[in-house]
Amino acid sequence: MSTADDINAAPQISKISEAVIRIAGNSQDGIQAIGGFLARLAGRSEQEVMTFMTIPSTISGGPSIFQVRIGSGEVLSSGDEADLLLAFYDHSYLAHLNSLKPGGIVIYDSDHMKADDISVENLTKYRHLGVPISSLTIEAIGGTGRDKGKNVFALGLLAKMFGLNVPKLHKLLAERFTGKDPKIVETALNAFNAGHNYELITATELFQFKPGENVGQSQVVMSGNEALTFGLIAAGVRFGAGYPITPWSDIMELLRRELPKYGGQFQQCEDEIASISMAIGASWGGGVAVTGSSGPGIALKTEAIGWASMAEMPLIVVDVQRGGPSTGMPTNIEQSDINIACYGGHGDSPRVVIAPASVEDCFYTAIEAVNIARKYSTPVIILSDQGIATRIEAFKEPDLKSLMQDISPDLSPVTDHKPYDLSAPDGITRHIAPGTRVASGKYPVVTGLEHDELGHPTGSGKLHTQMISKRRNKLKKLASEFPVPKIYGPSEGQILLVSWGSAQGPVQEAVKLSREQGHAISAVHVRYITPLPPGLETIFAGFSHVFVVELNDEGFSGVGQLGALIRSHIPDPKIRGITKVDGLTWKVKEIINRALELAK
Amino acid sequence: MSEIAILNLPASRGANTNATPVPLIPDADRKPLTKKEISADHPTWCPGCGDFSVLALYFKLIEKRKMHHEKITTVAGIGCSSRFPYFVQAHGAHYIHGRALPFASGVSLSRPDLHVFVFGGDGDAFSIGGNHFTHTARKNVKLTYVVMDNSVYGLTKNQTSPTSPIGFKSKTDVWGAKDQPINPLKQAIAAGATFVARTSHTNPNHVLQMMEAAMDHDGFSFIQCLSECVEFYPGAFDTSNPRKGGKYELVPESHDVTDEYAAYKLSENLHPGLFGVFYKNKRATKNANEAEIIADLQGKHAGLEPWQILKKNFDRMK
Repeated sequence: MSTADDINAAPQISKISEAVIRIAGNSQDGIQAIGGFLARLAGRSEQEVMTFMTIPSTISGGPSIFQVRIGSGEVLSSGDEADLLLAFYDHSYLAHLNSLKPGGIVIYDSDHMKADDISVENLTKYRHLGVPISSLTIEAIGGTGRDKGKNVFALGLLAKMFGLNVPKLHKLLAERFTGKDPKIVETALNAFNAGHNYELITATELFQFKPGENVGQSQVVMSGNEALTFGLIAAGVRFGAGYPITPWSDIMELLRRELPKYGGQFQQCEDEIASISMAIGASWGGGVAVTGSSGPGIALKTEAIGWASMAEMPLIVVDVQRGGPSTGMPTNIEQSDINIACYGGHGDSPRVVIAPASVEDCFYTAIEAVNIARKYSTPVIILSDQGIATRIEAFKEPDLKSLMQDISPDLSPVTDHKPYDLSAPDGITRHIAPGTRVASGKYPVVTGLEHDELGHPTGSGKLHTQMISKRRNKLKKLASEFPVPKIYGPSEGQILLVSWGSAQGPVQEAVKLSREQGHAISAVHVRYITPLPPGLETIFAGFSHVFVVELNDEGFSGVGQLGALIRSHIPDPKIRGITKVDGLTWKVKEIINRALELAK
Repeated sequence: MSEIAILNLPASRGANTNATPVPLIPDADRKPLTKKEISADHPTWCPGCGDFSVLALYFKLIEKRKMHHEKITTVAGIGCSSRFPYFVQAHGAHYIHGRALPFASGVSLSRPDLHVFVFGGDGDAFSIGGNHFTHTARKNVKLTYVVMDNSVYGLTKNQTSPTSPIGFKSKTDVWGAKDQPINPLKQAIAAGATFVARTSHTNPNHVLQMMEAAMDHDGFSFIQCLSECVEFYPGAFDTSNPRKGGKYELVPESHDVTDEYAAYKLSENLHPGLFGVFYKNKRATKNANEAEIIADLQGKHAGLEPWQILKKNFDRMK
């Protein structure tokens, strides 16, 4: 068995600081598993990693890809072009060859694709290496032609090619299959070693990563949906309710399994409306409950969000956005729910909308959202997107001991209580939970009817005006507490790119790259969508152009949804949109080209 | 990592930010609440409305069972009868149309120390909230649901309701309703409710008796309470009112309340139909099932602080 040291001794090794590897096959080939192993290994090797995957919307089968970008330095996006393409079939080869850099390496399964089928043009443009992956896997571990294990064989190939740490990978494989039949661990290791020992892999070029920069940091590797779920748990959320819908379901399934460990529970309900209603009921019970969904489900919940706004009930609503409208493109990325998140509902129903920027940010955003919901007694919508939800990233392990919160209800008696006290500073009031004794004998009602300070209905125009102001003013106060967004790059220049959600990484990388090319481009990222953070107008003043980069349609006004929202605060025609709805994440070059074109 | 505004927990652990020590009479020395202490706003119902009687009997129940203010939890959706929480001096929630049951389930499941009462009408329960009725019943969430059935939409002024009988003339069926009405009892039994009873506002003692039995039932308890709308459907239930020449016939004592099919059969004809407990059975509540899952998983993590439980997950993700 060869070890990492043997590879170090090999002559033709190129030192690299990062690599983009794209694995293409069908969804049942276990390519997500290879990607997961690579990401986890990078996390354990103090490297940065970012992944990108597509899932077919069919239940089983269909083409699928997993892209991993591993870097010794900062990794901001999953990469525009791949250094290596691993193709399991001819259709994977044909569909993804154009994602490879010229001169890049393609490893294809020669059991599924003939060398004769490769065009001369492609042969000169890319380096090809045919490996009989399927048959060698069967040779190594036996079995039928059902292709089980070929993903692990391919992982062995990649480990050899990139000089990956073999003992660590062995450990990861063993951990992954622990608890199952011990033979399965053995089989996996055999498949891996067969790939790793495959001699001809040395025919192209071998690589070795420079040491990572995150030395001494304990890193965790997870998806955005996982980080968001654990953030909610750390925040003290102990009740949730939901209904299955992609890509929100991961969060619901994880909460269902995890919450009972903390004395909490998650309920799968009969529909979206029941789930938000149950969550609101539990929030009234004294906690901060969570519900969530994706596109169509959020539309169904809007009446109840309006109630939570009116009744001033703390609540977390997670929206993992997907392509819309209607059923839309359920497994594709899009950022087109700003309008429904910020404005969805009848009447004036202010709420808070926060969009996490990365997987790590999902964890902290969840805690922040819960604390805002409690402090301001308001619904908070966490606007995640498919790009963060399913992406795997490594990040510094949070200090869980200091972050874990206890927000269980305080039922100690009160002298008197007005749930909607108009004299409260900045209009910020909080509820007492049922079970709380009120010495005055006057008990509160929480309601969706316009109400007086005790929650009893009123038809008074004066009270309606006062209460509407109260609900607005408390969130204006919140906005004033938000930090001014930091500018990425110099504070003056030609173009300012504005990003939100998962676009942060690619936009910042676009700034880096374009500045190297001599362009005066900077960026600012907006996490707080509603209310907006202070200071944007001042930041915008330093630039000739402000382009809001977002994955939604330019609409009737020529700017996307965040662009339109910003324009309603800062009506400056220099604010324009760079938008697209092709269901794919941003490529760095695409952003730069669009920005330079628009600024002409 | 991005800039975060509020990562620190608000100072107070709980909701009572302004809580000050209050001199209180110990529970044992507290007197049963009087009607005056338990009533809040004057009801907005029309004079003669059947709902007055249901409210009065809820007060009676609170008085009789010596319930304290803070333990009374009243939830409603939208409709004439759903105004209920405003009239009760206790913790109350007036939620959106048709969704009182899932809201109340959230309270019941997260706060097992409270018994939640839900009041509503036939439109709220069987039309817009029909789906929730079915699922709350089958999950056997511990709460009491009193549907004040007047067989007409009153708040919106006289439209056909899901329990309006065939031939009923309303603004939306000027020639008389043609659709088969819902049979609330059959609906409840088929959905898996574990307590199904029927009463009428015209018989106060019976209403109180049914409410008490429902409250004592460990599970989802449903009461169909006929409650006449004097404005849009006067005389709707005269056939069951002895004072109007009708007959208030009780479920026969020989009826086995655990026999689902017998209960279904007894529910056959509701004009005027019978009154009493039609079905009652013991089945694990959703609340108990969840408590069991929690006990099981917490047992597996005994001795660990919450952050240590989470740390175990993070250790697996390295």
